[in-house]
Amino acid sequence: MVESVVADAAAVSAGERRRTAVQVQDVTKIFGTGEDRVVALDDVSVAVRENEFFTLLGPSGCGKTTLLRLIAGFDHPTAGAILLDGADISALPPFRRPVNTVFQSYALFPHMTVADNIGFGLKMQGKSKDEVSHAVDDMLRLVRMTELKHRQTSQISGGQQQRVALARALAPHPKVLLLDEPLSALDLKLRKEMQIELKRLQGQTGITFIFVTHDQEEALTMSDRVAVMNQGRILQVGTPRGIYDHPAERFVANFIGETNFLEADIVSAASGRATVRLSSGGTVPATAPEGVTPTGRVTVVIRPEHARLTRGGGEAPLSGRLENVVYFGTDTHYHLRLDGDVPFVVRMQNIRDNEEDFRAGEMLAIEIARNAVQILKD
Amino acid sequence: MTEQAAALRDGTGGELAGQAASRQAARNRLLLLSPALAIIGAAAAGPLLIVLVYSFLQKGNYAGVIWELSPDAWFNVFLERDIFDDTVSFADAHLSIFLRSLRLAFLATALAFLVGFPTAYFIATRPPRSRNIWLFLITIPFWTNLLIRTFAIMEILRNEGVVNVALMSVRILEEPIQMLYTDFAIAVGLLYVYLPLMVLPLYASIEKLDFRLVEAGYDLYATRWRVLRHVIFPLVRPGVVAGSILVFIPALGAYVTPRVLGGGKNMMLGNLIEFQFGQGRNWPLGSALSLTLMALVMVALIVYVRSTTSKGGEYG
Amino acid sequence: MADRAVAAPRGRFSVREQRGFTTVAILCFVMLYAPMVTLVIYSFNDGNSIAVWEGFSWRWYESAINNREIRQATVRSLQVASFATVVSTIAATMAALATTRTPPYRGLTFVYGLINQPLMVPEIVTAVALLVFFAIIKGFTGYTGMGYLLAAHTAFCIPFAYMPIRARLEDMSLTLEQAAADLYATPWQTFLYVTLPLLLPGILAGAMLAFVISLDDVVITLFVAGPGQDTLPLYVIGQLRRIVTPEMNAVSSLFLLVSALLVTLFFFLSRRRK
Repeated sequence: MVESVVADAAAVSAGERRRTAVQVQDVTKIFGTGEDRVVALDDVSVAVRENEFFTLLGPSGCGKTTLLRLIAGFDHPTAGAILLDGADISALPPFRRPVNTVFQSYALFPHMTVADNIGFGLKMQGKSKDEVSHAVDDMLRLVRMTELKHRQTSQISGGQQQRVALARALAPHPKVLLLDEPLSALDLKLRKEMQIELKRLQGQTGITFIFVTHDQEEALTMSDRVAVMNQGRILQVGTPRGIYDHPAERFVANFIGETNFLEADIVSAASGRATVRLSSGGTVPATAPEGVTPTGRVTVVIRPEHARLTRGGGEAPLSGRLENVVYFGTDTHYHLRLDGDVPFVVRMQNIRDNEEDFRAGEMLAIEIARNAVQILKD
Repeated sequence: MTEQAAALRDGTGGELAGQAASRQAARNRLLLLSPALAIIGAAAAGPLLIVLVYSFLQKGNYAGVIWELSPDAWFNVFLERDIFDDTVSFADAHLSIFLRSLRLAFLATALAFLVGFPTAYFIATRPPRSRNIWLFLITIPFWTNLLIRTFAIMEILRNEGVVNVALMSVRILEEPIQMLYTDFAIAVGLLYVYLPLMVLPLYASIEKLDFRLVEAGYDLYATRWRVLRHVIFPLVRPGVVAGSILVFIPALGAYVTPRVLGGGKNMMLGNLIEFQFGQGRNWPLGSALSLTLMALVMVALIVYVRSTTSKGGEYG
Repeated sequence: MADRAVAAPRGRFSVREQRGFTTVAILCFVMLYAPMVTLVIYSFNDGNSIAVWEGFSWRWYESAINNREIRQATVRSLQVASFATVVSTIAATMAALATTRTPPYRGLTFVYGLINQPLMVPEIVTAVALLVFFAIIKGFTGYTGMGYLLAAHTAFCIPFAYMPIRARLEDMSLTLEQAAADLYATPWQTFLYVTLPLLLPGILAGAMLAFVISLDDVVITLFVAGPGQDTLPLYVIGQLRRIVTPEMNAVSSLFLLVSALLVTLFFFLSRRRK
């Protein structure tokens, strides 16, 4: 299992060594046969902890929704097992799994009222009418929809439908709530509101959330931990800060945020730390990915906001010619070209008192923040 | 049971569940399909096989068949043997009925297209609200009783019917024209009863037409006719083919319309088949004629399928 | 853009207009309705003629209602149509559930072909096939009851009931049923609480079509019905050989009315979705 040192360290420091809620064990899912054969999940293992907001992040077709559907029980793994609280649930149909889903399109029953939708799961579990109606009222309060109780689902807005879908999935108090890109149909403003709302609900109910998204910002802002997926594999699992600051693979670095890639040579390396020599000749300390002792030629990444331009020179490990300046309001992007024709972007906040006027064509020195150089595995 | 337990331990429980689920799904499907397939098999499709068998048997003296193999029925579909000198010639009576059936079916199809295309185009270019009303007006005759609509046409065409009475009352005619019991009456009847079958698929095609393409046509100096000919027709071709097939096939096998409007003499294939099972008392020949009609329909269907699938590729 | 009225004012160019099409279309509608309207008008004729108007009267409706043969044929038609509708709609619903929203499986094309078989084979061919087949059964069993007519009608009603039900199912998203299963509904509960209520308009539309189709059938009924088993269309086609009185117009008008009502109902049922 790939977990960054930093992520684990953060979890331990927070005193949150929680029990595992969902354990995905060596799961492979293959659709079709022969020419149409598609490997949707390729030997995936991951552990989601109890009461955690866990996000599966990746581009479309990376297998994140397939993994979610396997946990929900809509599909069965070709190989491997899925454990809930230590028990294998791979063979159970969806209606026997204490797991509920918020669907991407909400999938509200159009022939039922808001209340009937929310009470559906409890009714199917054979709960008494009183119990159901109490739970429905509680849920309506939780998602702040009490006044719309008797509406038809077609008569409420998209954001309200979203809340009903959430309430419906939470009403039976599942052990795990699965959310399949639930915010993708909302407009930007509503999406921001719902992000906060989801975090609140997760905290309030204490239910484990497994959230699927292709939106890196959503993943970074909401999650306790994020698993980055591509082509049926989980590439890296860690806290948002862990995977942003210390991406272990080129895909992760590229998919989340903007990054500069540089070639470098290892000077020395020991347990997670290393010193690398950049092509400019400067040496800088760097972080190595977990479980790997890098040697020889490697690729390092430096986030644009972890670098700073100066006219000073001297100590700076890199220098380049400024080609283009793009103003973004809160910050400015400086596009440089290093020796050997390597592009490099520096992003600096536009703070009034230290604003310097760099001009295209100037040769400038690039300073790099501490701990900002990350060595990639590949 | 132990096998399943072992499988669970090895972590393939999900796989087993997957297989079990798909086996269960297949069983359910079969169960759900069986009533419909059994009924259709027993009371629609299956009996066709008996017709096939009968077409190779001897005709019975009174009716029915004698269980002896005989090619006579198939021979008699198009040919006949003179009962006195055994010479073989074409069965003119049958041939003329085949030709009349084909001619009337083609005529009805062509007329239905000429009337139906402008109508479908008209409906498709109405604003959405009134479009539904026009569509509804086409749908009503589509589902109302064919016999009664044929009867309505009969009343219009008969010698003492409204057309003749009206024409005579304004002294255009001295005496009524005999329209009923002619091929003309059958053609009018077929056109009348099957017209909605042409309009509906045409409408479906034209409604999907992207009028920006029509605009592009006009923009590039095409006249109205040329836009119709080179832009609209090629784009709605699937609807034209579907409509034509939907009119042609039932028209070819029509029974009620020629019986009511053609009287006894002007038979089409359907009437000839009925005759062989009734007064003709030649069940094997009736069977062979039925299968011939079915073959003609199949040819039309194959032409239809060919033209819809192969042409689709050209446009991507 | 499409919403704007299309008939352009005189002289203004309209992209959508084709010269003469509107005229033909109006003529087409007149042609479709004039004979039926004429038929209905003369059903109220006081005289014996179906072409010479002699004043308004209900007499032919009275005479039709008092005609025992017509009454019996009507009742028989309704009985056959009701039976065929119920059985064919149930069978078609089951078949539609088994043929939609599933990955293609072996034999699916064959199943489609078989279900739609009554639509593809000319009615007269099916009719003689049934005549022959039922004659054999009669020979073996001696049974001459209504069973043959009921079986035949049920069979050719199935594809008509199947079409709207299948269309409705294909429009229904599978996620709703998945959502139900996710919320602890067993497959049977999912069907009862989610699939069936959502499918109901399609089922009603299918039943409506089946009823109209059974009620209207002439050809197959003609070959399958035994002596004394005349349905209303058989009675009508038998009368057309004789001198026709406006009594036929009255019967036909009532028939038209029933068909039109059912079709209107069907139209709104199948249109209501979306």
